[in-house]
Amino acid sequence: MSRHDAGKPEPPAREAWLGEQARKPRRRRVVLADSTKSRGKALRTIIELEEQTSVGEKLVRDLIKQQLKSAFGLAFAVLIGMCLLPITFYLAPQVGDLEVLGIPVPWLVLGVAPFPILYGVGWVFRRQAERHERDFVNMVDR
Amino acid sequence: MNATIYSLSAIVAVAAVTFLLGYVGSRKANTTPDFLVARRAIPATRNAAAISGEYLSAASFLGVAGLVLKDGVDALWYPVGFTAGYLALLLFVAAPLRRSGAYTLPDFAEARLGSVNVRHFSTFFVVCIGVLYLVPQLQSAGLTLTTITGLPAWFGGLVVTAIVVVNVLGGGMRAITLVQAFQYWGKLFAIAAPTFVLFVVFLASPSRGTQPISDDGAVRFPHAETVTVAEQVVKVRVDEPLTLTVRGQVDGRTADGPVFWGRGVYELTPGTTMEFAAGSPVPVVEGSPTTNYDWTRPQTGGVSELVRTYSLIFATFLGTMGLPHVLVRFYTNPDGKAARRTALHVLYLLGLFYIFPTVLGVLARLFLPQLLVNGKTDAAVLMLPETMVPNLGGQILGAIVAAGAFAAFLSTSSGLVVSVAGVVSTDIMPGKVRDFRWATVFTGLVAIGLALLLPRSDASLTVAMSFALAASTFCPLLVLGIWWRGLTWVGAVCGLVVGGGLVIGAQVVSVVSSYTGRWAPAFITQPALITVPLAFMTMIVVSKATRRRAPADVSQIMLRLHAPDPLGFIRDRDVARFGTPEEKARLTDDKHRGAGRTR
Repeated sequence: MSRHDAGKPEPPAREAWLGEQARKPRRRRVVLADSTKSRGKALRTIIELEEQTSVGEKLVRDLIKQQLKSAFGLAFAVLIGMCLLPITFYLAPQVGDLEVLGIPVPWLVLGVAPFPILYGVGWVFRRQAERHERDFVNMVDR
Repeated sequence: MNATIYSLSAIVAVAAVTFLLGYVGSRKANTTPDFLVARRAIPATRNAAAISGEYLSAASFLGVAGLVLKDGVDALWYPVGFTAGYLALLLFVAAPLRRSGAYTLPDFAEARLGSVNVRHFSTFFVVCIGVLYLVPQLQSAGLTLTTITGLPAWFGGLVVTAIVVVNVLGGGMRAITLVQAFQYWGKLFAIAAPTFVLFVVFLASPSRGTQPISDDGAVRFPHAETVTVAEQVVKVRVDEPLTLTVRGQVDGRTADGPVFWGRGVYELTPGTTMEFAAGSPVPVVEGSPTTNYDWTRPQTGGVSELVRTYSLIFATFLGTMGLPHVLVRFYTNPDGKAARRTALHVLYLLGLFYIFPTVLGVLARLFLPQLLVNGKTDAAVLMLPETMVPNLGGQILGAIVAAGAFAAFLSTSSGLVVSVAGVVSTDIMPGKVRDFRWATVFTGLVAIGLALLLPRSDASLTVAMSFALAASTFCPLLVLGIWWRGLTWVGAVCGLVVGGGLVIGAQVVSVVSSYTGRWAPAFITQPALITVPLAFMTMIVVSKATRRRAPADVSQIMLRLHAPDPLGFIRDRDVARFGTPEEKARLTDDKHRGAGRTR
């Protein structure tokens, strides 16, 4: 029993991970002397983010929405593209008779083509996601 | 005999290098975070090579070519799905999962949902998926060693288990990263070099002893051939009547001498030997196309084939993100951006690899039709070099392939054992290094036990079942947990139980059906098409019904998962739990300074 209990991380561990603001909003001291003008603004926005003021909350929600839109858009495009193939092959078996350079088209479509396409989609997503994050940091850190 | 010696020395060399790299990597591994997440300091390119090395298992190295040999163009959905899964992982999971700071999947579930219950359920399914995935690896190791040396099948599985357990005991995650990165390049070489050589051999004399692949009729034996049915009962379909010599049991009756087989299905008992004359049609294992015409064309199996294909697409596309040994590598990245880069790099490394097994599978159709009779198509890659080039060159190529296959079992099994042991030691035991070592031994024993107990099936098919299980349990948990604020722990547990329960049930039913006449319909042998949407729906509906159970700090958690790395919100949970006092102090220090790490 005690052995089992020892396996669970104790509640304080969760609080340490979350930061104590999760439980009680805390007043923060921003020392004027060690912050230039720009730095002060960044600090304040980040504190707003952590303390979940309405502004901070809105910023984070917008970021998540943007990332979600990129991810789901690309995922659906790929999934629909993949799902169209078997039904096409099923309904139009004559596709199997087409050949390019002596290799049947279905072999090319399934054996070679998907890999560069998947990499390309991943590359586009990484670029989009990193741009969203850069925009977010710039907005916070101006 | 020479060939056996070459292959064995190549395997011993792979094992030796594995030990050596493991030793080098393990010298500095002594804290729990070292064992769990390699101190989270692995650069993206090495991490990507390690992920690919670990991911390219027996199913990829041997299984894909075997399925291409048997099922033709439809088998190509396996490599496509195996790769596409990483795209889904990159899109939905990679960066936020790393930013969560979790060190195992159950840890993520608990961190996100604030409930120890969901942690326990996740632990159970991690162990299920891990063990289900280990079994075909160990069985394929047995098959490889049997094919090369004729030693009994249990021996290979035992050797792989022993090497893996010893290596993981030494240094956990930190030790195996280098091993796996090395093994990716090893495997790529071991499959690329023979493919190039054999393809050139084929182009130089395409007709030597084979029929053109465009021939409309049944597959034919190029030479007279003797085939023995190995471990299990095999059902073969005959499409074109033939005469052959049989010694053994057919359809439960003893046969000894020449017999005539008309069209129909024949059941062959292990030990039965068949002698085919040159040019006689090849009986093909039940369920696979019998003519080259059907083999080269997609979707010739009717509606059930269509359902199976869609199910496979779902399972592999969504299942990869739920595989514990894949996810565990993403925790070792320094930050979320690196996790994304790692996933992208993996897409490229996998695409590079999967061209080769396809080519080998097509060549095997021309040169090794006897594997279609006894169903041991997984051995195609191993046997092809010596069949096509029956001299010293072929033997050396065969040794290279054998070494690559061995590297495949070693790296995948290491990754699985580390991830399962990590979960078992931190969730069921106190999580010290000593517990990790005990958990490693325990995992190895369970896996080898099951591998010896369960009947061997095609590696890719068994592996597809673990993908279905992962897609029906952890995929909804991760996707909803990362992108939807409304997920509650009650909803998550219900979804895990429904999705996981249905897949495990379907697995049991399909094993029973495979013993009693293959009556199970496609949606049971390949259940993801139904179970994944059901699991998603259960999680959403139950979460909406239990809205009050949503963690109060959900906004905090979403911020942590999605905030860009430079803002410095990452808090590593392994440090909070297992770190040294200094590391913990640094963590609290960061917390008090709040925004102090903006730069």
